[in-house]
Amino acid sequence: MLTLRLFILQRVTALIMAPLVVGHLALMIYAIRGGLSTGAILARTQGSWPWALFYGTFVVAVSVHAAIGLRVIVGEALKFRGALLDVLSLAFCAFLLIAGLRAVLSVTML
Amino acid sequence: MAFGSNTLDVSVWRGDADGGKFESFQVPSQESQTILDVVVWIQQKIDPSLAYRYACRVGMCGSCAMSVNGQPRWTCRTHVQKVLRGRRVEIAPLRNLPVIKDLATDMDPFFEKWVRAEGVFHPTLTRNDEIARVSPVDQRRVEADAAVECINCAICYASCDTVQGNPDYLGPAALNRAWTLVNDVKDGKRSSILEAVSQEGGCHNCHSQGSCAKFCPNELSPITSIAGLKRETTKSFFGRG
Repeated sequence: MLTLRLFILQRVTALIMAPLVVGHLALMIYAIRGGLSTGAILARTQGSWPWALFYGTFVVAVSVHAAIGLRVIVGEALKFRGALLDVLSLAFCAFLLIAGLRAVLSVTML
Repeated sequence: MAFGSNTLDVSVWRGDADGGKFESFQVPSQESQTILDVVVWIQQKIDPSLAYRYACRVGMCGSCAMSVNGQPRWTCRTHVQKVLRGRRVEIAPLRNLPVIKDLATDMDPFFEKWVRAEGVFHPTLTRNDEIARVSPVDQRRVEADAAVECINCAICYASCDTVQGNPDYLGPAALNRAWTLVNDVKDGKRSSILEAVSQEGGCHNCHSQGSCAKFCPNELSPITSIAGLKRETTKSFFGRG
């Protein structure tokens, strides 16, 4: 179910996510304490390449990481194997990527 | 036999690969009695058709492992008094292995995985060469020594929830064996072993739950060996091992 490549990919994406999660939590606390409104937050994020890169990277890492994790759970719990498991994992990864990047684009670019 | 305070109420699983059920036996309680003693008594005094496996009776051969009250144990070294629930004890074949008959499991899948994990020695010398000298304090030798006393009892394999969820998984014993060879400077195919344990069902499927180390009767830590394999295969992937 997990080969060396998938194992490394999951660990590397975890390493990428860790500082991004800390950054996101710090940002949320800052935004709430300062009493920023939705409009004020959007004013800061719209057109910002750094925020697009920050959350875009997070979405890519989450999509890969979660899809590999779900692959193992589905494989062990439902006994799916082979091509079916590959297709399900890739489909879940694609769903997270599309949904996540769409949200990031909405907040930063559109 | 009358059921009294000196009698054990023993449930023994009877059946084969197609299924079975527990059967109850009353066995006289004795001092220092082991679970294997109980099974032998039933087979010799009540039902000669009871199938089970044992050899050395002293915890060396690894052939008498069974599930006792739901936990895998070496029955020749398991005292009845330590596992008794009231007067009851339940004995079943090991989990995660096909049953041949009653308490005897088919060990073929277990040992086939040792071969799949390249858990075989790959010599580099012949009998005509000098014996290679290995320092007992060499770090790799220390790592191998910590894992080398496996008696192939399959208790770790039966206790492993990952094996249960993923029958392709090589399991703690085969990977522990592979780890001893990865650390054996006399073994000539280190990279082949690392490659073998990196395939589908390899060491990276371990969830690090640690049942293997909890139940190993020889107090080995296959989970530590598997962590070592994960580390070395990762190093090898990045060209550092």
